[in-house]
Amino acid sequence: MRRVTWRNLFAHKLRLLLSAFAIVLGIAFLSGSLVFTDTLGRSFDQLAYGTVTDVTVRPATEAGDAVSMNINRDARSIPAEYVEKVANLPQVKQAQGAISGTGVFVVKKNNRLLGGTGAPTIGLNAGVGEPIPNAAGEQMVNWLKGTEPTKEGEIALDQRSADNAGYAVGETVKLAMPGDPPIVKAKLVGTFEFASGGLAGATLVVFDDKSAQKYFYGGEDVFSTIAVQGRAGVSQEELASAVAKVIPPGTEAVTGEKLGAESKDLFDQLLGFMNTFLLVFAGIALVVGTFLIVNTFSILVAQRSRELALLRALGASRKQVSRSVLTEAFVIGLIGSTLGLALGFGLAMALKAIFSNFGLDLSGTALVFEPRTIAAGYLVGVLVTMVAAWIPARRAARVPPVAAMRDDVAMPESSLRWRLVLAMLLGLVGAAAMAAGLWLDVPKPIIWVGAGIFGVLMAVALGSPVVAIPVLAVFGVIYRALFKAVGQLAAQNARRNPRRTAATASALMIGLALVTTMSILGASINRSIDAGVDREFSADFLVQNATAQPFSPEIATQLAAVNGVEAVAASQFIVLQIDDSDVYASAIEPVEFAKVFKLDFVSGVAPTERRTMAVSESTAEKFDLKVGDVVDLPFVTTTEPTTVTGIFADSQVVGNVVVPMRTVTDAGFQRADTALGVKIAPEAGFKTVQAALENAVADNPTVVVQDKQSFAEAQRAQVNTLLYLIYALLALAIVIAVLGIVNTLALSVIERTREIGLLRAVGLTRPQLRRMVRLESVAIAILGAVLGIGAGLIFGLALQKSFADDGITDLAIPAGSLAIFVLVSAVVGILAAVLPARRAAKLDVLDAIAGE
Amino acid sequence: MASTVAAHTVDLVKTYGKGDARVSALAGVSVDINAGEFTAIMGPSGSGKSTLMHCMAALDKPDSGQVVIGETDLSTLDDKRLTLMRRTEIGFVFQAFNLVPTLTAEENILLPLSIAGKKPDPAWYATVIEAVGLADRLGHRPNEMSGGQQQRVACARALVSRPAIVFADEPTGNLDSTSGAEVLGFLRRSVDEFNQTVVMVTHDPTAASYTDRVLFLADGVVVDELREPTSESVLAKMSSIQRSIGS
Repeated sequence: MRRVTWRNLFAHKLRLLLSAFAIVLGIAFLSGSLVFTDTLGRSFDQLAYGTVTDVTVRPATEAGDAVSMNINRDARSIPAEYVEKVANLPQVKQAQGAISGTGVFVVKKNNRLLGGTGAPTIGLNAGVGEPIPNAAGEQMVNWLKGTEPTKEGEIALDQRSADNAGYAVGETVKLAMPGDPPIVKAKLVGTFEFASGGLAGATLVVFDDKSAQKYFYGGEDVFSTIAVQGRAGVSQEELASAVAKVIPPGTEAVTGEKLGAESKDLFDQLLGFMNTFLLVFAGIALVVGTFLIVNTFSILVAQRSRELALLRALGASRKQVSRSVLTEAFVIGLIGSTLGLALGFGLAMALKAIFSNFGLDLSGTALVFEPRTIAAGYLVGVLVTMVAAWIPARRAARVPPVAAMRDDVAMPESSLRWRLVLAMLLGLVGAAAMAAGLWLDVPKPIIWVGAGIFGVLMAVALGSPVVAIPVLAVFGVIYRALFKAVGQLAAQNARRNPRRTAATASALMIGLALVTTMSILGASINRSIDAGVDREFSADFLVQNATAQPFSPEIATQLAAVNGVEAVAASQFIVLQIDDSDVYASAIEPVEFAKVFKLDFVSGVAPTERRTMAVSESTAEKFDLKVGDVVDLPFVTTTEPTTVTGIFADSQVVGNVVVPMRTVTDAGFQRADTALGVKIAPEAGFKTVQAALENAVADNPTVVVQDKQSFAEAQRAQVNTLLYLIYALLALAIVIAVLGIVNTLALSVIERTREIGLLRAVGLTRPQLRRMVRLESVAIAILGAVLGIGAGLIFGLALQKSFADDGITDLAIPAGSLAIFVLVSAVVGILAAVLPARRAAKLDVLDAIAGE
Repeated sequence: MASTVAAHTVDLVKTYGKGDARVSALAGVSVDINAGEFTAIMGPSGSGKSTLMHCMAALDKPDSGQVVIGETDLSTLDDKRLTLMRRTEIGFVFQAFNLVPTLTAEENILLPLSIAGKKPDPAWYATVIEAVGLADRLGHRPNEMSGGQQQRVACARALVSRPAIVFADEPTGNLDSTSGAEVLGFLRRSVDEFNQTVVMVTHDPTAASYTDRVLFLADGVVVDELREPTSESVLAKMSSIQRSIGS
């Protein structure tokens, strides 16, 4: 029996390869994602643990969330005198005041920002005296060229950033700063690299201590933190407790161990999203691949039914027959997983390259191939293949021995009715899960929705043979009208085994359903943006940058001075916490803001005083707030009881909470604007003012001046970029689906060899034969497209409705795109048919007639 | 009438395999097929009778020699023209698997015409259908018909495009004697009533007795010929050939 299995495997090398390829792609994506995220993780771990000293003194934090702290920019500092006090402790070998500030940008020679969208740029001070090593006792920085900056007008850059920006030591570097002045020019005196590997694309700008204090703390003799190195034999804990005794209230001494772990947590949180994102696509690839394998094995078993019956007649037990099929699956799974792992490694390299293009440079870290990745690859690959082969294997075992004697064997098939019942059940469960995720208050709604979508997709796939029959009947009519006899033959071939056709189409269906869903969401978001902009863009211009990075408040002052400008409304994007969950908030100057923007207050009024705020309708609903309620808002150092003064209709212009600027500055946030609304005087000319504004910020690439139209375009561009990324990933599912069609067609051609011979004998030319195969392929592809777009329409509609409160207010169905999807599917069908059609046309008429 | 030639071959040679395994299927066959006649090709296994028919029917290419159908020398034609030749000038009936399973009987009969994008001559179509006696089964698929019915559908398909010549390869090989007689009777009628030229390969003397002329092949050459055959005369001739090549 085993020999029969092996013979089969070798006899069908091509089929084997094709079906293994589905697994190869799925596993490649899975292992590629794992390798890449492991690499990313290690790179950030190196960064997290390689950059902490024995003990760090920092301002104690009230609001616990490190992410929001990062955005909010802590404005507190530690006076310089404490550096001395710490340094004088007997346990301390050395202590240095350290400054790190964000909002700095290196301006490249072409007047564009370096980095920008990707990893952050951090401004540091050089420190006085010997550099302090990290907790592991290693130097954190290797100087490559030149020296440290020692006076104002000098800076140093990390080597990679200097290279990328095109600056050499000795040249003058332009920097955009978050404070005053907004632009600084300084001489590059040195370059360095990070000892613990890469910087993950971050840019480091080093100033001398005095300049750093000037730029980030208005010239006060203060530091952000104090870095402490202990004497030999002093543990981090001992050092921390000693240091804690001499530092001022409101600050804390943290061990390197703890700080490293904190940073690591923060990075993990940021990277977690990317892991999930990539793994979701690996999952999609695997599901689609499973379809392909089920189909391939079903066809192979059907074709070999006589042979299997012969084996049964010769005394093979049912178990032996099904085990033979499963062994084949096991071997295919093993081969597919091996190739998939290899390809996954390549994929991880490609991802690394792609991400370094986006500014996340990982060149300092080698790819990490954990044993877990290999185990997961083999486990998933072999398991998926064997599960996929299980149903065909059982069917193979049911072939009655007497079938060996018959001329044509019909495989025992389970009735379509059962499938339909199962499909309906699954569809209902899926729909219920989706509905629960969308409308009910369940934990982790996104998982409910995802599981629901998966359930409905499986239901559509199960029920697809039933749906396929009428759709293919339509094809019959159209094909016959357009392509006469060849068309009729093609349509009938597609209908011959609706189950097989539908299963093949299902793989494409899944990909297209998701693409359609995304395109409907994308179009709806874009339309909602346009509608929102139309409704709310009451400013004449908006000045901001594409990545919501903060910029110097000086710019607002400069722009207010431009001729023809009536008012400039500055707002700062911050994150606050209500009931421990993050909410996006805008800090505004109430008077100026009201001159430019009009918030639509449902009840109450705009906040003007300290400890007041207004909330959006959806936020009020979510947290059950009404005018007059008092909420405890945690800030950096304190928790402020804050009164709700008004509730406004949800708006794109501001976050969900609006607070007066002074509320946040008083509470220890650093001031930096994220957006400026500009209103021009009635008599001023639009174009003239626009030119003047652009001129005013021409020197500062951190901000751009947008009018209504370009603002909407920029917003849409962001949505579209994300869409294209998702499309690119879903293209993988489409590739697997195409392979599925190729496979089914190739196997069908083999199955119909005699028939093809007959057709050739009675006068079908080779081009006609090729056309016949092509038309069948197109019918399968378009069936998949119709099913997929149908399902996608439902998902898209449901998702838009559920996100209506979150800003996707308007539904848009991109009919043009959907039509293109159908067209692309037809092209996919034509491409998938190339090889099978060629193979069919090559068949020798005589051999074909002779059959087996 | 017997004087016009529907097809002829000149010195057909065809060998299979190489070296020791070399088999000469046709070793210089020259035959004339008379128009309006029912011709049988007979011979023991390996005599080359099927190869001869395949070469004449434009399904196979001889190594050397000529096949001429009507006025057309097949050796001058490329694959496309050969296909067109099969479509318009030649009809086929195979031993088995004659019909496309997805098509009804009627669609199968009209297949060569619809592939060519032609409409059948309604009067001729009606005549053929009437002759094969399948008027009531036209809407059925092959798997709903008996073997004899399937072969009659195949015969109707071969005739409906009014080909110059119809080739039948053991058309009764898979049938019981009653069904076989029906098929042979139909081929006979097509010769008598429609003046169709039919060539049939068979090893069954009874089947050969339906024909006007029997060509005997042995070892790749035509060794004998019989006119107005009966089963007995065919059988006698076969045994004598068997003896002569056996010795």
